[in-house]
Amino acid sequence: METFLQHVVNGLILGGTYALLGIGLTLIFGIMNVVNFAHGEFYTLGAYGAFLFLSLLDTNFFVALLGAIALGILLGGACERLLLRPLLGESIETTMLVMIAVWIAMQNAELLAWGGVAQSIDHPFPQAPLILGPISVAPLRLFVFGTAVLLILGAHLLIHRTRLGKAMRATFQDRETAALMGVDIHGIHTLTFAFGSGLAAAAGTLLGPIFVVYPSMGDLAALKAFSVVILGGLGNFAGATLGGLLLGIAEELGAGYVSSGYRDAVGFAIIILVLLLRPSGLFARAERVG
Amino acid sequence: MKRIGPGLLAIVLLTVPLWVGNPYYVHVLIMAGIFAILALSLNLLLGYTGLLSLGHTAFFGIGAYTSALLALRLDWPPWVGFLAAVLVAGLAGYGIGKVSLRLRGAYFVLVTISFAGVIYLVSVNWMELTNGPLGLPDVPPFSLGLPGLFELSIRTKPAAYYLVLAVAGAAYFLCHRLVRSRIGRGFIALRENEALAESVGINGTRYLVLAAVVSAAMAGAAGSLYAHYTRFVSPEVFLFTYTVTMVIMVVAGGKGTLVGPVLGAFLFTALPEALRAVTSWQWQMLLYGVFLILTVFFLPKGVIPTIETWLRERRASP
Amino acid sequence: MSLAVEELAVRFGGVAALVDVSFEVEPERITSLIGPNGAGKTTAFNVITGFLRPARGRVLYEGKALTGLRPFQVAERGIVRTFQKTNLFHRVSVLDNVMIGLHLRGRMGFLSILLGDRRVREEETALRGVAEEILAFVGLAHRRDEVASALPYGEQRLLELAVGLAARPRLLLLDEPVSGMNPAEKTTVMGLIRRIREQGVTILLVEHDMRLVMGISDQVIVLHHGRVIAQGPPGEIQSHPEVIRAYLGGR
Ligand SMILES: Nc1ncnc2c1ncn2[C@@H]1O[C@H](COP(=O)(O)OP(=O)(O)OP(=O)(O)O)[C@@H](O)[C@H]1O
Ligand SMILES: [Mg+2]
Repeated sequence: METFLQHVVNGLILGGTYALLGIGLTLIFGIMNVVNFAHGEFYTLGAYGAFLFLSLLDTNFFVALLGAIALGILLGGACERLLLRPLLGESIETTMLVMIAVWIAMQNAELLAWGGVAQSIDHPFPQAPLILGPISVAPLRLFVFGTAVLLILGAHLLIHRTRLGKAMRATFQDRETAALMGVDIHGIHTLTFAFGSGLAAAAGTLLGPIFVVYPSMGDLAALKAFSVVILGGLGNFAGATLGGLLLGIAEELGAGYVSSGYRDAVGFAIIILVLLLRPSGLFARAERVG
Repeated sequence: MKRIGPGLLAIVLLTVPLWVGNPYYVHVLIMAGIFAILALSLNLLLGYTGLLSLGHTAFFGIGAYTSALLALRLDWPPWVGFLAAVLVAGLAGYGIGKVSLRLRGAYFVLVTISFAGVIYLVSVNWMELTNGPLGLPDVPPFSLGLPGLFELSIRTKPAAYYLVLAVAGAAYFLCHRLVRSRIGRGFIALRENEALAESVGINGTRYLVLAAVVSAAMAGAAGSLYAHYTRFVSPEVFLFTYTVTMVIMVVAGGKGTLVGPVLGAFLFTALPEALRAVTSWQWQMLLYGVFLILTVFFLPKGVIPTIETWLRERRASP
Repeated sequence: MSLAVEELAVRFGGVAALVDVSFEVEPERITSLIGPNGAGKTTAFNVITGFLRPARGRVLYEGKALTGLRPFQVAERGIVRTFQKTNLFHRVSVLDNVMIGLHLRGRMGFLSILLGDRRVREEETALRGVAEEILAFVGLAHRRDEVASALPYGEQRLLELAVGLAARPRLLLLDEPVSGMNPAEKTTVMGLIRRIREQGVTILLVEHDMRLVMGISDQVIVLHHGRVIAQGPPGEIQSHPEVIRAYLGGR
């Protein structure tokens, strides 16, 4: 029972970051109808960004985190502006191919820049775990979870309480009508992609100090983000949040009780099972015939 | 002109080992041939039915492992292993086709990626069967004939070249017949307009599954050739890089044409080899990414359709 | 009786698109299905051709139930529909559009095709001949090699008709085949519809142009808010008080 609780707590902590990843992806998917295969690369970018600010520029840990997130936002915005805007109105396959290309290019650029060796990010938190009854948590992990929750709340407020969020939701509902009502679709797309990429970068900076940082770390992150989105439903914010937490717990339990070799199979299995069992439930926009 | 072109090409292809002295170039051509089969097979789905399978390397890998394991564990002659590889990959294609036929667009893509991901993890973790990440070394070379009676072992590069050329040629002509038939028109109809296709009597489910089976079986054949040619199979055959390479070949060459994917296969096998002398693997992959973006932006239809359009316009306005 | 629709009901969320709809279509006649926008005409077509499952009711064709069949199975039974919005294989040539429509007339299977059976080539030649006949019939022979999307609007609609005809219908359902056409084009299409009927094809037509409907139909069925409010020969329908009220009173 104690180990079970410990697994659940570890899962929740991981899950908070998965939720961040998933929210970013689901927003881009829902609002722009773009399958962002480069999502994991923005996660990697976040981790390396933190590493860069800390080790090379010698900044404060928290400043480094903020800097890395800003980097993700800027590069995400640039990516939308340069590569996706000219393709507005093209088929989903076309933008998908471009994002695959961005993924390959970014990952190999990172390999060239940092080499294949894994790096670790130093953090100011004490190593000794906090003992809370039957479970123990490293202070760093507590900080990561807390920040993830804050960011999720922030994103929620942005989408539900601001004018910008309202425009985003209108675009998600019906792009043509939103455009007719004066919503600047181009601007919304750039902001959505920048915001989604920023969330991915945040997830990377948060998990970077817990694990190690290496150029292909984004591949697994992307897989997790996709399974979270599928689990929570296309374009569904709350779904992505819940989905992230669920995936984190499922992975910890799977790794703890089944086999750690198949830990990453949990994500694939979720995608396959959900899509096969409830595909109609996920078709948010069924087409009309006639 | 219409007759001379293909005839000349056939003569060139058939005599390559005679005048290409450097075995390394023959090796590049063999790899190009294997990739041509893969590109043709992916094109059947992506180019004709319009379904983007990003797990295509799964069928390639299944073919490679089937053939290698049958040869190593059961001592089956490689050509029987080849047939088995085609069959097992085709069955896997049937399974994936059957379960995912209700899915389109991004959903289909995600299921195919996940399928390849799961198979990769199995190949890494099922040590008893696959020897895990270490892979299967010493796969015997391809041979024709019956063991004990007569045997023609395909050990030399020229022999392997002719074998791959024969299989790639067969794949090309099978695709040619298929896409120019009523079945191929059914594929195209489903790509263009599924509702209209169904309303003139085209059974969408059946044709999409058929396309998946044929496509997977062809990829399985390529996998078997690869296993017996390189004589080594490891979980790397399932890597996403292979799928991406196939996609680039098809898209750059021209999806929905037959010559396009073959041309793409040659270009994108030769190009990295040419770059290898001057740059590292990472630079190559980075350039791949850039190439793909440039193709989507400037040659969205691919090389072959662009040339065709250009020729047609030139003929129209003399 | 050719087609019989019995007590169909279809709902979309809160909208009742069809409420207890029953009607019959006589063989080798032109029957028109009319009604104001949103009356449920296209929905009725979708149910008949297997694109929609009705919540209640059934569709019989020559005495056999169609309910539960998939669209291609409905087509196999000789029932072919066209669509309200232009619906073609857009990036394919005009001839190939019709060749795709001929699908059910081909017999060759997968293996014969792979093995390059001689009969495959014979069948292809024969089908090409039929396709060219159909194109000549609708007056598109001169467009044969053009890409469908390059045709002007009126000709695209003619091509849709050609694709439908290629599937060899015995019952042809036409959803507003002349909408958006100029008067000359409309006359051409109406002439074609008459000739199709003369070849023994039963026709169920949805159309808003009342003059055309009244001129061509043997029987008219009026839908309003998902209910049949009148049916009978054109003369009777034109003076039917409820029909007049439905059209004048709007929704
Ligand atoms: N797929 C759908 N989802 C939700 N509502 C639908 C759908 N299809 C039709 N409807 C609604 O059902 C009702 C009937 O629509 P239908 O298209 O059958 O009308 P119609 O008679 O063909 O009209 P029109 O003359 O405008 O083509 C309308 O209120 C329409 O909005
Ligand atoms: Mg209608």
